[in-house]
Amino acid sequence: MTTSPENGTPLGVLAAAYESTLDCVHCGLCLTACPTYRETGRETSSPRGRIYLMRGVAEGRIPLGETIVEEAALCLGCRACETACPAGVPYGALLEETRAAVADADLRTGIAARIERSALADLVPHPRRLHWAVNLLAGAQRLGLDRLVRPLMPQRLREMHALLPQIPPSSERGRLPAFTPAEGPTRGRVAVFEGCIMPEMFGRVNAATVRVLAASGFDVVVPQGQGCCGALQAHSGDATTARALASRNVAAFDPADVDAIVVNSAGCGAAMREADHVLPGEADDFARKVRDVSEVLAEAGLPRDLGRVEGTVCYDDPCHLIHAQGVSLPPRALLEAIPGLTLVAHDDPGGCCGAAGIYNLTQPEMSARILARKMDALSAVAPDFIASGNPGCLMQLSTGVAVHGLQAEVVHPVELIDRAIAARSAN
Amino acid sequence: MRLVSALRAIVGDDGILVRDEELFVYEADGLTLHRGRPVAVVLPRDKTEVQRIVRSCREHEVPFVPRGAGTGLSGGATAIEGGVIIELQRMNRIVRVDENDRFAIVQPGVVNADLSKAVAHLDLFYAPDPSSQQACTIGGNVAENSGGPHTLKYGTTTNHILGLELVTPDGECLQLGSEAGGTNGYDLVGTVVGSEGTLGIVTEVTVRLTPVPETVATMLGIFDGVVEACRAVGAVIGAGLVPAAMEIVDQRTINAVEDSRYAAGLPRDAGAILIVEADGSSASVARQVERIREFAEASGARDFQVARDEAERVRFWRARKGAFGAMGRLAPDLYVHDAVVPRKKLPEILAAVCEIGDRHGLKLSNVFHAGDGNLHPNISFDRRDAEEMERVIAAGEEILRICVEAGGVITGEHGVGTEKRDYMRLLFSEADLDAMMKLRLAFDPERVCNPGKIFPTTRFCAESNPKARGYDEVPIS
Repeated sequence: MTTSPENGTPLGVLAAAYESTLDCVHCGLCLTACPTYRETGRETSSPRGRIYLMRGVAEGRIPLGETIVEEAALCLGCRACETACPAGVPYGALLEETRAAVADADLRTGIAARIERSALADLVPHPRRLHWAVNLLAGAQRLGLDRLVRPLMPQRLREMHALLPQIPPSSERGRLPAFTPAEGPTRGRVAVFEGCIMPEMFGRVNAATVRVLAASGFDVVVPQGQGCCGALQAHSGDATTARALASRNVAAFDPADVDAIVVNSAGCGAAMREADHVLPGEADDFARKVRDVSEVLAEAGLPRDLGRVEGTVCYDDPCHLIHAQGVSLPPRALLEAIPGLTLVAHDDPGGCCGAAGIYNLTQPEMSARILARKMDALSAVAPDFIASGNPGCLMQLSTGVAVHGLQAEVVHPVELIDRAIAARSAN
Repeated sequence: MRLVSALRAIVGDDGILVRDEELFVYEADGLTLHRGRPVAVVLPRDKTEVQRIVRSCREHEVPFVPRGAGTGLSGGATAIEGGVIIELQRMNRIVRVDENDRFAIVQPGVVNADLSKAVAHLDLFYAPDPSSQQACTIGGNVAENSGGPHTLKYGTTTNHILGLELVTPDGECLQLGSEAGGTNGYDLVGTVVGSEGTLGIVTEVTVRLTPVPETVATMLGIFDGVVEACRAVGAVIGAGLVPAAMEIVDQRTINAVEDSRYAAGLPRDAGAILIVEADGSSASVARQVERIREFAEASGARDFQVARDEAERVRFWRARKGAFGAMGRLAPDLYVHDAVVPRKKLPEILAAVCEIGDRHGLKLSNVFHAGDGNLHPNISFDRRDAEEMERVIAAGEEILRICVEAGGVITGEHGVGTEKRDYMRLLFSEADLDAMMKLRLAFDPERVCNPGKIFPTTRFCAESNPKARGYDEVPIS
């Protein structure tokens, strides 16, 4: 067992994270990149402070107690600190280790934590169960039943309910065809990742993704047997479920058969790109082939004869695209290539919107504060469209637009490209 | 515990941290070598809360320590003797910007880079640019009289502060200086800037804003070694040129940065690079670039480049400013030294600094403000290795001694703090230190405001026992 020379005691919990915490030399360049630090001004709620807590726990200088449990939950996991960190501290991995330690010690209590655990382990990974649950919710919403029972719900559940999105019509909640041929000369073959929430809440984005890829010259396959990527489970500290889900996808996709495994959800893309971390030695080829849809399209170039989409658009970086995958230019380049559309910058596009997986449900107060900051920046520009490539961000930004009274339509970048392609004949 | 209740009544539950693990996080600032745990951390929202906190601390005879972002490198924001940390992060409003008279009034928690960003649309900027500028606060900059690469042409923080609002250790609020600038009577603004939080808590700062220069050129001289790069600096300065900045980055640092997200495509095989920035009218900048190129080449530069565009320019500077943090790749801890020597002695001092590092078997690197003669020998170490720590401290002291012997000083911009308090005697006599202590006690007779900083702890007990030295008789007002 490794020991900490600082006090000679064996490393306890977080021993696995210990070496990486030592990369931090306390320079503080991460501070202002951190949304919770910006909101609270507390060192304890900053990346540097949280790494210090992790190191303290590993060295046995402080217990795995209240503060680190709270901070592990309050952290968005947006990884903006990784972009800011000159030392390359793998903060996202450290956070997952910490959350796993907290989960193992069974230190998170309360109704929100219980719902989070069961939903992530027993519902989200199972497409059929998820589909029926969403059906149930859609039915309840249609009949107004959910609002009827609302007064009976505990306060915490009521807050969560208020944040639930409107379920799209069933016509938009389908699965994708197994194969879609390229339009015109074929320039490559790609596999598309469908996701778990995407087909239920953003079937229109999945459909647009396939149309745009095909129009750009790609044969598109959608392998059977794929499913939830396991990101949310890993983020919440359930490493076992996360590993099982990653394994299922590694088995479903054949990296040798395609030029790229295309993902349109930034959170999933980040987890899949890092699948080799959860499955050492088993997922290298898989992880290497994973690309965000914007990268594949920007590299290939969009069809030349795009139609017009009139308006201004603000691009808002999903944290798990810009910070976890380092992709920020391709989506912008694509939007700029659409005739009629003007890309306008807003202040702090790389700051988290407060969605962060299910953070808006588990930490509603902080999430709302972070969203308000984002909405202030967007209001100042008042665009016609707000584009972002991640389902959580799309839902959160839609909530923000409604609550803060903006007129913008919230869309995935591929939807705007899809519209430009659909408008071709009009030219 | 009565103090905690009193503080809680002032700042509310949301504005105070008292749990052991929370206080543990506040045990160090950017200098992890010296640590001390506070009894509480409070986060006031305005001046009135600061006054009430200060009065409460005094009433309970507990010292207090002002803190900004905690990026300082001399332990200035560490509660080395315990007490309450007054964290000023939540006082982060830009109160007013006057475009015509070119000043801004800001609260102490405003982040340095945010201020320049907020006035960029007026073609103005706030000139002092410490490497930590994306995180450090104006309040902290005032406390430490912070510098930065552009100090060479624009001066340090003290040259840019017009006025201050200061909550004194007895809870009174003073207005020092004014937006009109100039001094009337004693220069109390100049006294407080660089006083390392020992004279009171700054709650508002009036800063000078500087027009953005018409043209900026950032150059990169590639050298085989640090000593050759130092010669080029001497030649440029000796010829009477005043570049905006002249920075040297050595090979070990280049490689650490190039491994990071701050990579700028710097040549990894270079012994050292010299970053020079020239600004002014386009004609003047073009002339400066040509002359600097000649001096660099004459001093042995094997290559000389000018940043092609703004994006490349920004990349060079990001690389320079990410250097400190990037050293985390080499070892768990970093001791960033700070000393100033006469520029003409740079080549010999640098050679001696490297020799000291080698002799003690330490990983020493150099990234520094060469134009000012402001050295930053950085020693990478592991605080868990007690024997290595001894070598780090011994080498550090030797470096300071040779700098002082060469006619230099022990800090250029990081402050004395806890880090260098025991080296003050290398530079000052007992009489000098007595005079400084008298000034300090005029503001803070009870020594409750950031104790344990600046003044030596060894063989000099004035601070711990002022009555014994008769300081009580020093008039306060």
